[in-house]
Amino acid sequence: MINSSSSYKTGPERWSLTLVLRAFHIDALLLFLLLVILVAGLMILYSASDQNISLIVRQLVRVGTAFLVLILLANIHPDRLRDLAYWIYGVGLLLLILVLMVGDEGKGAQRWLNLGIVRFQPSELMKLAVPLLVAAYIAERPLPSSFLRIAVCLSMVFIPSLLISKQPDLGTALLIVISGLLVIFLSGVSWKFIISFLISVASALPILWYVMHDYQKQRVLTFLNPESDPLGAGYHIIQSKIAIGSGGLSGRGWLEGTQSNLAFLPERSTDFIFSVIGEEFGLIGVGMLLFLYLAIASRGLYIASQAQSSFARLLAGSISLTFLVGVIVNVGMVTGLLPVVGVPLPLISYGGTSMVTLLASFGILMSIHTHRRMMGS
Amino acid sequence: MKNRLTLKDHFRESRLVNDRLIFSAIFTGVLFAIIFARLAILQVVEYEHFKTLSHNNRVDIQPLPPQRGLIYDRNGVVLAENIPTFSLELTPESVHSVDSILTTLAELFSLSSDDVAEIKKTISEQRGFSQVVIRKSLTEKEVALFSVNQHKLTGVDVVARLIRHYPHGALFAHTIGYVGRLNERDQKSVDRKEYRGTLQIGKTGVEKEYENLLHGKVGYRHIETNVQGRTIRELTREPSNPGQELFLHLDINLQKVASEVLADYNGAIVALELKTGGVLAMVSKPDFNPNSFVSGISSKEYNLLRDSADRPLFDRSIRGHYPPASTLKPFVALAGLESGLIKSNSKTFCPGWYKLPGHDHRYRCWKTHGHGIVGLKESLAQSCDVYFYDLANSMGIDQLHGFLDLFGFGHLTGIDVPSESAGLSPSKEWKVKAKNQVWYPGETLISGIGQGFNQTTPIQLAQATAILAMRGEHIKPKVARAIRAHNADELTLLSGESAESLPVINKKHWESVVDSMVEVTKGRRGTARLLGKTLPFNVAGKTGTAQVFGIKQNQKYDVETLEKKLQDHALFVGFAPAENPEFVIVVVAENGGSGSKVAAPMAKKMIEQYFGLVAND
Repeated sequence: MINSSSSYKTGPERWSLTLVLRAFHIDALLLFLLLVILVAGLMILYSASDQNISLIVRQLVRVGTAFLVLILLANIHPDRLRDLAYWIYGVGLLLLILVLMVGDEGKGAQRWLNLGIVRFQPSELMKLAVPLLVAAYIAERPLPSSFLRIAVCLSMVFIPSLLISKQPDLGTALLIVISGLLVIFLSGVSWKFIISFLISVASALPILWYVMHDYQKQRVLTFLNPESDPLGAGYHIIQSKIAIGSGGLSGRGWLEGTQSNLAFLPERSTDFIFSVIGEEFGLIGVGMLLFLYLAIASRGLYIASQAQSSFARLLAGSISLTFLVGVIVNVGMVTGLLPVVGVPLPLISYGGTSMVTLLASFGILMSIHTHRRMMGS
Repeated sequence: MKNRLTLKDHFRESRLVNDRLIFSAIFTGVLFAIIFARLAILQVVEYEHFKTLSHNNRVDIQPLPPQRGLIYDRNGVVLAENIPTFSLELTPESVHSVDSILTTLAELFSLSSDDVAEIKKTISEQRGFSQVVIRKSLTEKEVALFSVNQHKLTGVDVVARLIRHYPHGALFAHTIGYVGRLNERDQKSVDRKEYRGTLQIGKTGVEKEYENLLHGKVGYRHIETNVQGRTIRELTREPSNPGQELFLHLDINLQKVASEVLADYNGAIVALELKTGGVLAMVSKPDFNPNSFVSGISSKEYNLLRDSADRPLFDRSIRGHYPPASTLKPFVALAGLESGLIKSNSKTFCPGWYKLPGHDHRYRCWKTHGHGIVGLKESLAQSCDVYFYDLANSMGIDQLHGFLDLFGFGHLTGIDVPSESAGLSPSKEWKVKAKNQVWYPGETLISGIGQGFNQTTPIQLAQATAILAMRGEHIKPKVARAIRAHNADELTLLSGESAESLPVINKKHWESVVDSMVEVTKGRRGTARLLGKTLPFNVAGKTGTAQVFGIKQNQKYDVETLEKKLQDHALFVGFAPAENPEFVIVVVAENGGSGSKVAAPMAKKMIEQYFGLVAND
C-alpha cells in the first residue's frame, strides 16, 4: 500500500499550510469546521459559566489533548484500526466490568476509573470501540450479512450498553446502541429484518413494564412526563424552554442572558448549554449552529461515500450519523421534545472525556479520507 | 478466496451502503428540520409568552414537605410529634464554590473539620437541588449571627423546619423506632418526587413499618425571588397533605410500669390485649434516646451505642433469642394430652433425675432431691423436669416439634414492627440441615423442658401464650390500631387478617393445662405462689429459669460464685383472668437468676396496672 503523502511529492516544493496538513493526514475542510464550532463553543461556555476563566482554561486543555488524539488517529491507517478492533473492544469491555466493581462515584453514578493521574470513563472508549468492531466484523464477509452474523453484531452492541446503563449512564448507553445499530443498518440489512426487529422491541416493552416495581414505574412516568415533577426533570425543562423562547429571533446578546446569570438554568455549562445559546443568540444563532453541525456531518457522510472499503464506509457513516444523533437528542431534550437522558451537546458542552472521543472519531474520519489509494498510482 | 469475493462484490456493496447513507442523511435531515421548527415555534411564535415568563422569572419553585403524621397511644397521648426548629441549610447548586462557603461557615459557626468533612460527604451523596443541613437546632443567637452575615452567604438559608420529636424519650425507643436522615440508599426505594424537601424517613420500628401512611403528600409553592435567590413573596401554593395520624394499641401507663419493673435488668416485657391481639406494652432494655437519631446522630454517640456490650439498639422484644425453659412446659403438656401419651391424672416418680434406658447420664431435675410422685398439675405447678423428660422421651422430637409449630414457635409472629426474628424450634430435619448431625435422644429430653436448641423471642412467647389463653384461637400481635387523616374526626381501624384456629383439641385438655397453670400462681407449692395471693381473680402462669451456662454433672449451680453474665435468665408467661382471659404478659429478665423470684413479681405489677389494682401507698 502506498502512503498517500508520497503521492503529493509532485506538488510545489515549498512549505505551505496545505502541505503540512497533508503530511499529517488532516482534512482541511473538516478541521476548519471543527475549529469554528469549538471557538464558538468556548465563547458560549464563557458566558454559561458566569465568565469563569479557569473553567475555560481547563476546557482548552481538553480541546488541546483531544486534538493530539485526533492527529494521532488520523495518522493510523484504517486497516490497522480494523485489525486492532477486537483488542480495543475487549480491553474496553474489561474496563467496563472493572468500573462496575471498583469505579469512583460521582453524582450518584459509577462511571470513572481512577488511574492515579487522570480519571477515565471506559464508557467513552466504547463509543469508538463498538462501531469499530461491528464495522470490522460485518465487513469481513460480503454484504448484506447473514442473520447469524447480525445476531452476533447485536450482542456486540448490547452487552457493553447494558453494562453502561447499569452505571447508570443512560445517555452514553443510548448513543452506543445507536452507533452500533447504524453500522448494521448501513450494511444493508434487509428492511424485513429491521421492521421485525422494531416490532419485537416494541412488544417486549409491556413485558418489561409488567415486571417493574411500582416506584420504578413512577420514575419512568416522570421521565416521560417531566412536567409532573416540577422540581426535578420538569424544572430543567421549564427553565430551559423559558431561556430558549425568550431569546427570540436575534437573542439577547453574548453574556446578556438573564436566565443563565440568575442561575435559573441548571446544568447550563453541560447538558443544557444549548439553552444558553438559544437565549443569547436567538433563532439566527441556533440556526447557524445547527447549520455548522449539518456541515460537519455532511463532510463526514461525503467521506463515507468516498471510502474505499466497506469497513471504512460503514465506520465513517456511523461516526457522522451518531454525531448528528447526539445533536438531535440534546436539542430535542432541552426543547422538551424528548425526555431528559443526559446527552451533552457535541463539541460545546463542558466535559472531558467526551470531547476527546468526539475529536478522536473525527481523526478516524480524516484517516479514512486521507489514506485512500490514489487512482492510477 | 475471501478477498476475491469481497473484491468482486465491492461495487455492489458500495452501492448498497451508499443507498443507506443517502436514506439516513435524508432521515436525519428531516429530524433536524423538526428541531428547527420547534426552535422557531419557541423563539418566534411563542416569543412573547416566554419573554414575559423570563422577565418574571425570578420565580422559583419550592417543595413543601408534608407534615409527618403524629403517633398516639391508646389513650390519645402523643408518642411522636413534630416540633419546629431552625436549621442552617446549604443548596450546593446555588453556590459558586462549596469549599469557600464552608470555610466561611466553619469560622462563623465554629464547625470542626470533622463536621465539614461530614457535610462534604453528604453533599456528594445528594442528588441535585436539595438542601444540606449544616447545623440543626440553631439558637436565637446563631440565627442573628446568620442575619448579620447574610450578604456573604449566598446559597445558605436559615430554614424553619418541623423535626420529629419523641416526648417520652427512651420509653418507646424500640417499638416506635425513629426517623433519620433520608440518604442515598433510601432514595432508591422511595418515590423520589414525594420526598422532595423531606429530610427524614422512618428507619426502625413503627416509624419504618408505617412510613407510607405517616409520610403524606408533597406540595409546591411558586415564590418570587431576588437576584440572590431570596424569597420576596409567595405567588401560588399547592399545599402538601400531612401524613396519616397513627393510633397504637400501646398504653403509656402500662409501658411505664413495664420499664420501671424491668429496672436495670436487660430483657423484655410484652403485654397483649386478647380481644384484639393489640400490643399493650412492649419494652426492651437497655434502651436509648431515639431523639438522638432524628437529625443525624454523631458518630461518637453512635459508636458508643453500637459497641456497648449490652447492645441497647437491639430490640430484644422481637429479636432477642432466649431458651423458653419451663415456660414451654404447658405446651409440651398439652401435646402430651392431645397425643394421648399422658392423662390429666397420670403420675410419674421424680427422684431428682432421669436416665435414658441404657445410658448412664443423669438428666437432673432442678430440685436435687426430687418431687416424688407427681401428676400433671404438680409437675406444672412445681415445674418438675423429670415428668417432662419422660413425656418428651415418649413423644419424640418430631411430634413435639409439629405441635409447637401450631403455636408459632420457630415462626415469625408477623407483628407490625420490622426485622422480627423467627427463633428456633428444633427438629431432626433442622439438625441435619443446619449442623449436618443426627438427632440424639438426650436432646429430645432437654427440648422437652425448653432448653437445648430451643430459642424463642418474647413476642413469640406472648403469641403462644395468647393462643393458649384463647383455647386455640389464633392471635396475631399488632401495635397499630387505627389511622386518622389529618384533622379528621373518624378513626379508620386497621383490620388484621384473621388466621385459622388451631385444629385442636379436646376442650378438656385446654382446661387441664390452664388449671395447672392457675396452680402455679395459687397452689401451696406453685412456683409463682406469691403472684396470685392478693389478686381477686385467677391468673394462669408459668415461670421459667433459662440456663445460660452449662453445668457439669455433679456440679452445683451457685449464684454466689457465678458471674452475672452467666446467671440464669428469669422468665414468666401468663394470662388473666384464667377463665375468661383478657390480658397476656411475658417477662424475660436476662441473668435475673430465677423466674419465680424475679420475673413473676414483675408480671404481677403489670397485671395490677392493667386491671387497675394498684395499691395507693
